[in-house]
Amino acid sequence: MSLEVKKSIVAINSLNKIMRTTAFKLSAIYLIIFSIFATFLIVYIAFNTQVLMTRQLNATIQLEVRGLVERYRAGGLSELVKVIEDRSRRPGASLYLVTDFRGHYVAGNVAALPKWVMEKRGAVDQAVIYQRLGDVDQRKQYKAVVNVYETFGGYRLLVGRDIGERETFREVVEQAFIVSGILLVFLALLAWLFVSRKVLNRIDMIAVASRHIIAGQLDERLPVTQAGDEFDRLSDSLNVMLSRIEGLMHGLKEVSDNIAHDLKTPLTRLRNRVEVTLASEEADSQTYRQALEQTLEESETLIRTFDALLRIARVEAKSTQIEKIKLDIGAIAADMAELYEPVAEDEGALLTWDAPASQYIDGNRELLSQAIANLIDNALKYAVRHVSEQRQAPDVKDQDQEQTAEASLPKQAKIHISVMSQAGQVTLSVSDNGPGIPKQDRQRVLQRFIRLDKSRNQPGSGLGLSLVNAVASLHEANIQLDDNEPGLIFSISFAQALPDQQQEQDS
Amino acid sequence: MHILIIEDDTEAAAYLVKGLKEAGHACDHAADGDEGYKLAASHSYDVMIVDRMLPKRDGLSIIEQRRTEGDETPVLILSALGEVDDRVTGLRAGGDDYLTKPYAFSELLARIEVMARRRSPSEVTTTYRLADLELDRLAHTVKRAGEQIILQPREFRLLEYLMKNAGQVVTRTMLLENVWDYHFDPQTNVIDVHISRLRAKIDKGFEPALLQTIRGSGYSLREPD
Repeated sequence: MSLEVKKSIVAINSLNKIMRTTAFKLSAIYLIIFSIFATFLIVYIAFNTQVLMTRQLNATIQLEVRGLVERYRAGGLSELVKVIEDRSRRPGASLYLVTDFRGHYVAGNVAALPKWVMEKRGAVDQAVIYQRLGDVDQRKQYKAVVNVYETFGGYRLLVGRDIGERETFREVVEQAFIVSGILLVFLALLAWLFVSRKVLNRIDMIAVASRHIIAGQLDERLPVTQAGDEFDRLSDSLNVMLSRIEGLMHGLKEVSDNIAHDLKTPLTRLRNRVEVTLASEEADSQTYRQALEQTLEESETLIRTFDALLRIARVEAKSTQIEKIKLDIGAIAADMAELYEPVAEDEGALLTWDAPASQYIDGNRELLSQAIANLIDNALKYAVRHVSEQRQAPDVKDQDQEQTAEASLPKQAKIHISVMSQAGQVTLSVSDNGPGIPKQDRQRVLQRFIRLDKSRNQPGSGLGLSLVNAVASLHEANIQLDDNEPGLIFSISFAQALPDQQQEQDS
Repeated sequence: MHILIIEDDTEAAAYLVKGLKEAGHACDHAADGDEGYKLAASHSYDVMIVDRMLPKRDGLSIIEQRRTEGDETPVLILSALGEVDDRVTGLRAGGDDYLTKPYAFSELLARIEVMARRRSPSEVTTTYRLADLELDRLAHTVKRAGEQIILQPREFRLLEYLMKNAGQVVTRTMLLENVWDYHFDPQTNVIDVHISRLRAKIDKGFEPALLQTIRGSGYSLREPD
């Protein structure tokens, strides 16, 4: 294929592309509608002008005829001829012709006329072609509107006005119409090309960026110009969407990394145990039983971790199916505190709560309950351990010091749950007198599998606070971790639900 | 009991059949939705165990169709989908209970046994009695050997549920779901602590001990054999 052909194919293709744009289609429709309208307008004006001018001409002619007829009545034929000859000589004179009953020329400034004209009576309803007397070029023809009048004695009088001017006017209008029509089409074509190319350029830019994103460059963003036009707005919202997708993908990657890291260890343990037990020569049924029980236990822990992970992922994906209703967070917190209170007591801790009812937020009961449960569980776990460690530590010190230390040591692990509403916000907080969390680690603990306890000998999956974080973000609530001096205050602030008229009436 | 299992994983189904037979129940197994529906429509079962995702026909549609056809056999739905909303759609389709995979066999057994008994019409009693333990649902009072026992509201509901299912094994999850209406795993032995509190109130100082721990399963309120 020659280069020429290739070039023309490219040109046709790009023309094709332009023809298929919305801008092109809209311009075409606009042009057609505009042309029809303009044509109609011009034809209408031209036609009406014509009619009006003809009517005016006829009126003038009739007036003149009447004047001439009066002169004829007053002074006879000689007077008429005199008047006509006199008028014919004036510049821009009307058209005059007087003939006798045989049709022979008597007076006037008309050299030739179609024969039938003089047979008519009154206003002749079509333009008449004639030649003027005294023209240098005798063959030059003119057009005129004429009236014919018959006097007594068979003489006929023709009076007319030349319509050359009117014809010229019509020609000017016609030309203007054609020229402006051509100009219009030309300009429309230019506009199409300009708009289409601009639009296509933008679209091509977006398409290129999208292809990069499809190819895996998730951090790429659609170009946004300074124009602030509809493309920018579209790109802007698509970019927000991309950021969200990127965040989710990042979360997914993090999850898979964490799964690889934190689940493979217990799985390896599980596998090794089974392997060793099977390989053992002197294993009896007791050994098998023990191994099986341990395997069951381990698998249960694994299942729990999986469940927690899946739930976090699901909540983080903000599945729209997660139903939210107006509910009383005070009552939910009190319920949860009541559920955990005996557990705390069993472990020698004191669980107290101050959660007055009727503090409404929009939320999901199940998820909020679980988040609160996780918070209590966490607080309990760390506070109880912390207090018992503190109480064991002073053993090495001598008697005097122990007594002063005893006074300052916490006697009991304490957990307090409170729900308060203030300025359109409902804040749930769980505080403890445990070890607290150093400032620099406070955001980190919300991530998956993060446990500040490096040795990891404490039970727990490191997922509890991640779920709390996910649930809070699903509810568009803010999490704050503060120092309880000593201990930790974990607060979640929700937007207060708008008062519901119906419910207030019901209660 | 005569139980229908509709489950496409044949190995899992085989374990189920084996376990249920050992527990004294007769089982039919269908490996896909069409076969499952045919069996359900042509036989009368005491309980149906239906997997949610099945080849040929979705489990929920089988339940929905059987319900519109007037079949009121209790149905336990098995599913890998365990979120709150999945559970709700499952129960709305006509399921009586919902169990998320992977499940413990003891959990499944306890649930179908409770489910099958729940249908018996003797439910509208206002007073539950077991040996010398008595619970009055209207007056909200509990007596053991004629002696009044003061219970917290939640303890009352816990005992009420245990007495309603007296003689049956109830698992911790069943208690959490039915007494507290929570469908998540609280990670801690919260239920055990509540049970031991209740036990201290209803069993301590009385003979025989009625609230028994069933190892590997849960609890049961019953007179010792």
